[in-house]
Amino acid sequence: MTGSAIELSREAPSAARTSMKHTISVLVENTPGILMKVAGLFRRRAYNIHSLAVGVTEQPSVSRMIIVVEGAPEILEQIIKQLNKLIEVVKVNDVTGFNTVDRELALIKLNATPTTRMEIMEISNVFRANVVDLTEKTMTLEVTGRSDKIDAIMSLLHKYGIREMVRTGQVTLVRGTQPT
Amino acid sequence: MARQTTPLVRAGSAATTKRMTGGQALIECLHRAGVDTIFGHPGGAALPLYDSLYDARAIRHVLVRHEQVAAHAAVGYHRVTGKVGVCMATSGPGATNLITGIADALMDSAGVVAITGQVSTHAIGTDAFQEADVMGITTPITKHNAQVQRAAELPRVVLQAFLIAGSGRPGPVLVDIPRDIASAEAEFEFPEQIALRSGKIPPAVPSPNQIAAAAALLRQAARPVIYAGGGVITGNAAAELTALARRTRIPVTTTLMGKGGFPETDPLSLGMLGMHGTAYANYAINAADVILAVGARFDDRVTGRLSDFATGARFIHIDIDPAEIGKNKPAHVPIVGDAKEALRALDAQTPPPDCEPWHRQVAEWKARYPLRYRQTGDTIKPQFAIEQVYRLTEGRAIVVTDVGQHQMWAAQFYLTAEPRTWLTSGGLGAMGFGFPAALGAQIGRPGALVCALLGDGGFQMTLQDLGTAVEWGLPLKLYVLDNGSLGMVRQWQQLFYRERYSHVFLKNPDFAKLAEAYGAVGINVRRVDELEPAVRRSLEVTDRPCVVTIAVDPEENCYPMIPSGQSVKEMIVEDDRIRD
Repeated sequence: MTGSAIELSREAPSAARTSMKHTISVLVENTPGILMKVAGLFRRRAYNIHSLAVGVTEQPSVSRMIIVVEGAPEILEQIIKQLNKLIEVVKVNDVTGFNTVDRELALIKLNATPTTRMEIMEISNVFRANVVDLTEKTMTLEVTGRSDKIDAIMSLLHKYGIREMVRTGQVTLVRGTQPT
Repeated sequence: MARQTTPLVRAGSAATTKRMTGGQALIECLHRAGVDTIFGHPGGAALPLYDSLYDARAIRHVLVRHEQVAAHAAVGYHRVTGKVGVCMATSGPGATNLITGIADALMDSAGVVAITGQVSTHAIGTDAFQEADVMGITTPITKHNAQVQRAAELPRVVLQAFLIAGSGRPGPVLVDIPRDIASAEAEFEFPEQIALRSGKIPPAVPSPNQIAAAAALLRQAARPVIYAGGGVITGNAAAELTALARRTRIPVTTTLMGKGGFPETDPLSLGMLGMHGTAYANYAINAADVILAVGARFDDRVTGRLSDFATGARFIHIDIDPAEIGKNKPAHVPIVGDAKEALRALDAQTPPPDCEPWHRQVAEWKARYPLRYRQTGDTIKPQFAIEQVYRLTEGRAIVVTDVGQHQMWAAQFYLTAEPRTWLTSGGLGAMGFGFPAALGAQIGRPGALVCALLGDGGFQMTLQDLGTAVEWGLPLKLYVLDNGSLGMVRQWQQLFYRERYSHVFLKNPDFAKLAEAYGAVGINVRRVDELEPAVRRSLEVTDRPCVVTIAVDPEENCYPMIPSGQSVKEMIVEDDRIRD
């Protein structure tokens, strides 16, 4: 459209930029479209969202999103500033490095024959997973814990053949009296 | 939770409950927000809203011929008056036609409320006739948007839209109103005050510690420069900036959006900086040791390659929007707050730094690298045309530009002395902006001399609204610099694409005849000697628009130029042809 906007050069990403995982807690008013507004700010800077969990809080009009992201810290700082400007956003907190309780739940449906069942049960016991469904050919486990615990049980279950699985994404609260 | 309240609602409009339609409730809200003008275009889903507007005698509705014009005009109205501009359209195509204007308003921080009709609530999401997901489309290009989901919330949503659009860093807010909510009668409660959650309007008063730190930095500066952006205009801080600069004798460069924040006629002015800024502004900012950035966002058109921009400088950055500070360049002294308050506080604490050698250096650059061009022969140089308009309007016009070469020449050669007298599409660079924004400006300031400096390409994107300007008897002056091409694109193709001129030449209509067909005055200028009489004649027209089309040298390029993504070291100062 315009001559003076033909090329938008971007700064070359410098090697000094380090990327690490961050856990962001975002309290939002329960309004339609707010999920898109929040997610859009990450999308625009091509910021990688590992997981996003949303649910209502103790206040029915307010929801909490726990977003686990990875990328350059200066871009994240910019995204958090932009999040704070959204009218529907009540509070944003980067709780990375805080003393927190982090949990994720996964349902894992895998191939299980009468001969492999016991082995799987053993693994499941070690990880305190529950068997929530059992058929001739399949077993479904429910496992709760930090995300790396879920990754660990997954790696042990792979050899049996995972038919499908679903993870909730991480939810987090700061421990003690300090608010998240 | 702490909440910020505002006296946005007109004094005397107490909290009341009334039974009326949603459309009538909208009008009541507009009255309470002090709206006197709407730029809009009706349509199916907006029928109930327009039916209510029929009775609203205190609001004038300017019927545009294309909704894009309504949005740009609302921006123009906002810029000259400081009031929130309002545009209105129907659902679907009406709303999508507003998009360019809304995106422009976000990029350039213009306080605008866009009201769109929507299909009825039960039909939303069914691909109904003239349905578009306007909330989805406008989320990334608005400061805030909201769809009225229940009649009861309409007053709060609409009044909040005005508060959000006009406060802090202004921006566009869209309110989407489904047709059934607009038509149905309900009990509406109109609040006395409108509140926003605390923190959504940034604090106006800057931190005293930061002000002291900034003053200390400026006091010791050997080569200070003030870099003033559009925030100085929107923050009504031009007087404070001028006072500070004159007392401390710190040179000031203004961005494209900041023109008018400091008089360009002042000897301390360096004019505009950046890609097509003056050579001396770019030399100065890149040699500076302390830069006071006010209401500016270190746009790529200003900085070029960021890593090479002002490498020896420490930055003081004043902005009402905390997200701007440190976005592109880290600030040594960040100051979040209102530009007016911050500059006033800074003025009280900053003694003039001792920098005579710096002033001599700046004067030398100014003498050595002035903006210049050579007017020879019969062919009119575009810069000459702008200088003539400047001279004949005595520099007191409200100048509105479109986008492209003429915009940069206008920024260079039409010196701006007052805030809110320079309107342009900076961030978005939206061709088609100039004429509609001028229309909105003239509606907002009926007695003012409003001159649009346009290119032949951009003018043709929105010229259908000559009909609107004639209908309202607007004495707009439209100077179309006609080089028969998309000049800026042509320039880049010449310089960076080995003269492979790909689709940039325009076969234009006879603009004078076109203007006359609309009932405006049309004048075509071809030779140098015709220029002054034509401009003089245009200034005498008082009851209708006057379109003066000036055939200018199609080969003229815009200099100085720092090619995209480069630095001051790569600046092309001027055309080889004008060297002695």
